[in-house]
Amino acid sequence: MYETNYHRATSVDDAAAKLGAAEDAKVLSGGQTLLPTMKQRLAAPSDVIDVTHIADMKGITESGGGIRIGAATTHAEVAGSEIVKRMLPGLAALAGHIGDPHVRHMGTIGGSLANNDPAADYPSAALALGATIHTNARQISAEDFFTGMFETALDESEIVTAVEFPKASACAYAKYPNPASRYAMAGVFVARTDGGVRVAVTGAGQNGVFRHAGLEDALAQSFSADAVAGVTTDPDQLLADIHGSAEYRANLVTVMAKRAVAACA
Amino acid sequence: MANVTMTVNGKSVSKPAEGRTLLVEFLRDGAGLTGTHVGCDTSQCGACVVHVDGKAVKSCTMLAAQADGAQVTTIEGLASGGELHPMQAAFREHHGLQCGFCTPGMIMAAVDMVNRLGAPLDEAAIRAELEGNICRCTGYHNIVKAIAAASETMAGMKTAAE
Ligand SMILES: Cc1cc2nc3c(=O)[nH]c(=O)nc-3n(C[C@H](O)[C@H](O)[C@H](O)COP(=O)(O)OP(=O)(O)OC[C@H]3O[C@@H](n4cnc5c(N)ncnc54)[C@H](O)[C@@H]3O)c2cc1C
Ligand code: FES
Ligand code: FES
Repeated sequence: MYETNYHRATSVDDAAAKLGAAEDAKVLSGGQTLLPTMKQRLAAPSDVIDVTHIADMKGITESGGGIRIGAATTHAEVAGSEIVKRMLPGLAALAGHIGDPHVRHMGTIGGSLANNDPAADYPSAALALGATIHTNARQISAEDFFTGMFETALDESEIVTAVEFPKASACAYAKYPNPASRYAMAGVFVARTDGGVRVAVTGAGQNGVFRHAGLEDALAQSFSADAVAGVTTDPDQLLADIHGSAEYRANLVTVMAKRAVAACA
Repeated sequence: MANVTMTVNGKSVSKPAEGRTLLVEFLRDGAGLTGTHVGCDTSQCGACVVHVDGKAVKSCTMLAAQADGAQVTTIEGLASGGELHPMQAAFREHHGLQCGFCTPGMIMAAVDMVNRLGAPLDEAAIRAELEGNICRCTGYHNIVKAIAAASETMAGMKTAAE
């Protein structure tokens, strides 16, 4: 790792000021993506700004019928939260299967969303549930937030401060983890929301997470595992790598969708 | 270089550290506690697991500066008064190690697992919880047995203390 300067921010404003003051600073949240990347010398920020000691960016509260989760809240905290388990059990279960226990003790929801890894789990929940991402500058709908593989609508020095999830009458996530990395080879999040059934797919798309119109239409007609059994996904839009071909992932999407729907019941 | 200060196994340790110094480097090179191992460069093997403020973390994937002010427990901090921690004793009893390289991380992960989930722990839960710890020798069977046995001993000790 190249040398870097560590700073601990005490408030969102302090973090923004420190980000602006340094030559090439990056936000450091759980560090479970940023530090491995820095160790590989694929990233070399001049400064890292630790946001995990900012009280406003932590914790889980009920808000306006939904849930607000501070960006620096860890995967383990989301997985263990009574509020999340009661209101969005699919989200709690998703968080409980990210990586391993040690990663879950450090990694945060804000870091995961800002990173937008095409195989990450949280983006599917944010998109399917219609979450709103709060930053120090504005609010962005999940729909507008994820703009491509490892790409988001965030500006250079914008900080994700919280994520707000509206309630859903049922939701569930099913992923087929890569046996070595545990990242999703295909993950499907299904949500029954006020706006109808919404389905988002991660791990499989060439441009990262996406909503699946075919699955949504089938489930709007009949909310059952049988209804999605015949729904296919165009492999031309999917990832192919040493772990699996696009056709293999297309099949996984259908299988994971069936499992997620069954888990919603 | 700024000074980084933390409590390691109950003792305050204060050393100058670069911004990029990893917690595992601080513990091994700074504090001289070489029980915590480094088995990979990709945050995957778990040989480096220690407890920071009571939670198991990969010390190769945390900056020392992030742990400034924290309470850290390493494998050296588990035994008390010359007596092995029940988890250490169970690994010895059940042959939960061969070369021993993964063992410090396994034991720290196992203690964290029992602290969080209580006892007794069944095999499926133990195997799922060991996701972040890789052993190239044992095939895991005896590690799982050791953790199951220790979880019972630890539960017994807790009941006795109450
Ligand atoms: C062994 C291992 C297994 C893993 N398995 C999985 C898995 O199965 N599924 C999965 O989804 N993920 C997995 N991860 C990734 C993990 O979930 C990370 O925690 C997550 O991707 C990033 O969150 P973080 O808090 O660690 O962010 P960091 O690593 O601190 O930051 C990641 C990026 O986001 C930026 N950033 C962080 N916080 C903010 C913010 N508040 N505002 C703006 N930008 C910000 C940083 O500058 C950096 O570019 C795994 C990681 C490891 C090491
Ligand atoms: S050395 Fe930390 S995970 Fe391998
Ligand atoms: S005993 Fe050798 S790596 Fe586990």
